[in-house]
Amino acid sequence: MTQYNLSQLRQLEAESIHILRDAVSQFENPVMLYSIGKDSSVMVRLAQKAFYPGRVPFNLLHINSTWKFREMIEFRDAFCAEQNLELLVHYNKEGFEAKVNPFDYGSRKYTDIMKTQALLQALNIGRYDCAFGGARRDEEKSRAKERIYSFRDQHHQWDPKNQRPELWGHYNGKINPGESVRCFPISNWTELDVWQYIRLEGIPIVPLYFAKERPVVQRDGQWIMVDDDRMRLNEGETPQNRMVRFRTLGCYPLTGAVESEADTIEKIVAEMMETRESERSTRVIDHDGDSSMEQKKREGYF
Amino acid sequence: MDIDNFLNQHENKGLLRFLTSGSVDDGKSTLIGRLLYDSKMIYEDQLAKLKEESKKSGNKDVKQIDYSLLLDGLKAEREQGITIDVAYRYFSTPNRKFIIADTPGHEQYTRNMATGASTADLAIILIDARKGVITQTRRHAFIISLLGIKHVIVAVNKMDLVDYNEQNFLDIMQEFNQFTEQLDLQHKYFIPVSALKGDNVVDRSDQTGWYQGLTLLETLESVNVTNARNFRDFRFPVQWVNRPNLDFRGFSGTIVSGVVKQGDAMMALPSRRTSRVARIVTADGDLAEAFAPQAVTLVLEDEIDISSGEMLVHASNVPAVANSFEAYVVWMDEKELKPADTFLIRHAGRTTRARIDTLKYQVDVNTLQKGKTGALRLNEIGNVNISTTRPLFFDPYSKNRETGSFVLIDPVTNKTAAAGMIVEALFDDHATGFAESEERRLESQVEKREFLWDTGMVTPLDRARRNHHRGKTVLLTGAAGTRKREVAKKLEKRLFDSNLQAYYLGAGNVQSGLDYDIPQDFATRDEHVRRLGELARIITDSGQIFITIDDGVGDYDIEKLKRLCYPNELFVVTVGESFFKDFEADVHLQEQSLENAVEEIMQILSENSIIPEYCI
Repeated sequence: MTQYNLSQLRQLEAESIHILRDAVSQFENPVMLYSIGKDSSVMVRLAQKAFYPGRVPFNLLHINSTWKFREMIEFRDAFCAEQNLELLVHYNKEGFEAKVNPFDYGSRKYTDIMKTQALLQALNIGRYDCAFGGARRDEEKSRAKERIYSFRDQHHQWDPKNQRPELWGHYNGKINPGESVRCFPISNWTELDVWQYIRLEGIPIVPLYFAKERPVVQRDGQWIMVDDDRMRLNEGETPQNRMVRFRTLGCYPLTGAVESEADTIEKIVAEMMETRESERSTRVIDHDGDSSMEQKKREGYF
Repeated sequence: MDIDNFLNQHENKGLLRFLTSGSVDDGKSTLIGRLLYDSKMIYEDQLAKLKEESKKSGNKDVKQIDYSLLLDGLKAEREQGITIDVAYRYFSTPNRKFIIADTPGHEQYTRNMATGASTADLAIILIDARKGVITQTRRHAFIISLLGIKHVIVAVNKMDLVDYNEQNFLDIMQEFNQFTEQLDLQHKYFIPVSALKGDNVVDRSDQTGWYQGLTLLETLESVNVTNARNFRDFRFPVQWVNRPNLDFRGFSGTIVSGVVKQGDAMMALPSRRTSRVARIVTADGDLAEAFAPQAVTLVLEDEIDISSGEMLVHASNVPAVANSFEAYVVWMDEKELKPADTFLIRHAGRTTRARIDTLKYQVDVNTLQKGKTGALRLNEIGNVNISTTRPLFFDPYSKNRETGSFVLIDPVTNKTAAAGMIVEALFDDHATGFAESEERRLESQVEKREFLWDTGMVTPLDRARRNHHRGKTVLLTGAAGTRKREVAKKLEKRLFDSNLQAYYLGAGNVQSGLDYDIPQDFATRDEHVRRLGELARIITDSGQIFITIDDGVGDYDIEKLKRLCYPNELFVVTVGESFFKDFEADVHLQEQSLENAVEEIMQILSENSIIPEYCI
């Protein structure tokens, strides 16, 4: 055996840093889509490492659907201030003024207006030619084939038939004006790798990931948290306090909690190994139809 | 298990990236599904969805889960019932983490396989035990060897359908070994499996008592792939110049091969300015030593101007710095490649312009034969000479996968048009000007050789007068296993007994002598042919009838040999089936009736006035 062995996690880290630096060398105006979730936190740490001791040479962009958990927003502001990161926030003003919400519009339409459209607006305003995202290939079937440099046309659309083959570490960043690339530096990480890295590096994450007593209602087989008074309760629903945590974070009326006692990373991983439910099972939008994620991707959603 | 230990163990695992390839019905998806399922990477909700979909897609056996549905990601593909791209899967065992590049076996998807293979350390080739080695198996093995994968697991699947018959397995093993002889596959592991029943996938099967080797998973867990990595040649393409303030100036990049230590003497390319490594910086602190594939920032002792896209190497170990090179390309675009086309080339973190100077030949991936062609189409593989506007810093792909590879980008559509693997740098004649074709290049080389040829006081005509014949090469070719050697030796004896100057050279004599320094494989065949041609030129110049054998000569090789033999002639005898498509040999011999072979050849030599008539 050679002495030059790099552990799998350090290999993943090196690959991600390579991708981040490659994109910065190929694009003029990159931005990092910051979702506040654990994957974003890992991606930010990787960017800090990639350009150390320099500053991260691009801004973070948060698309606020206006229905995020309050704790997410608090965490975001504290985290960016503490880490000295430039954060831009965008929300769909028209949608907000029209009071678009998941209750009246349904999860699909709401997601389109407040997330997909909001994202496209922000990308157009910023004229970004590259947007980093924290998506991983192990999350969902249609993502298993996603490129690291995912090409989008002028309308930010993703065409599964028109993606560029990726070989070795040679990423093709050539685009025409108006076109862009979504770049996924942690494509090859699994959920376990992300937790492992957070633990190893001591990366701060939103407390919602840890179990705590929270007010929730049972709806369509999911525990939905009553995060503020905009939450509409159906007949017969009374919020009850339960020990719950979240495996992914999104808009609170659309994100199911799991019952859990896990209040440390170690306990979360232990639960993860036992429960055998995939991460995205708590996302309401994924259940809209068998190919729903793929459909959203075609339309420009992450 | 204690979760702390579990996490520490996971962090420190090794990583193995492997490729799976097989035909549609080889049971590849079932095999991967089983690896994922048995290693607990399929979650309950995915499994429930899967069961539902298995019913929907009309799968015969509802109780049996259709693992392939789990793996097929995109809607259109699922409707067609085939996977049409590379999909990446993840699973781990207590010892290793695995990344699977899952690629389809369809004829039109050579490009996907090349893509998956480019980052893999190991490949699994699936063979249906009932069908044995088929055309696709050959194709896959060739692409795997072309992409430089050193470890290959040959999983002979569906053993349950041949009653776990050992002989069946051994026959496939022998056939596979035979046809991959000329491919550079260093480590082969043959395993009899049944993906459906689980035999020898994760657990040892009690149906194959005759098989003593490791199971598939055990093999995946134990193969040592780091020894195939290059730790000799330090190559550091600079991606980003890190200059946060006036006191710090570092060069950020990934060590794509080799090792670097603090204090090492460095050279920057292309400026060739030298300095020493002052610091190896990472966010987790400085390192005394770093190695591939670590991503670091190097600080040098002296202020040298280096930009993104340039390269740092050891001053004592410098790669080729050249504008022109020979390469294999896997064509991936709908629009075909033609000589004189121009592209953008992306290589080692730099993009520059490139031109196809020569399209030398196309490789038939099924037979490994080289063929002349005017264009390369989607999924075809060819050999080209390329020149670039700015020099590239590279090594041959066989020595370095990272600095020996590149992609070509169409300057109009921006599509990735080709994957390329560099054979070697081209200098002097090759690099000057754009030769229109390989034939033209060879022709001018031969012209130059003949012009400079130094002849003694005995001329070829003097020799022909004394010998009563001219110098001439007789090449016997055809499929392996025919009795060519016997015929060649008898011919030599017959000519000699007729007082003619004849010399027989066995193919093995060249292999263990003149060709000692090059491996006998596909990649070096061109060089072997060149040497044989030059040798024929020299021996025939001495007035001899030079008799030799070479298996598997095709149209491309024969053209080349003929040119190299010039001004002397090449006489071609085929025994049994040959690889020629357009080329017409001088004599065709049937394998069954070789008794009169020598006389037949003598007859035709005489008819062509190569030997005097009275010798017959």
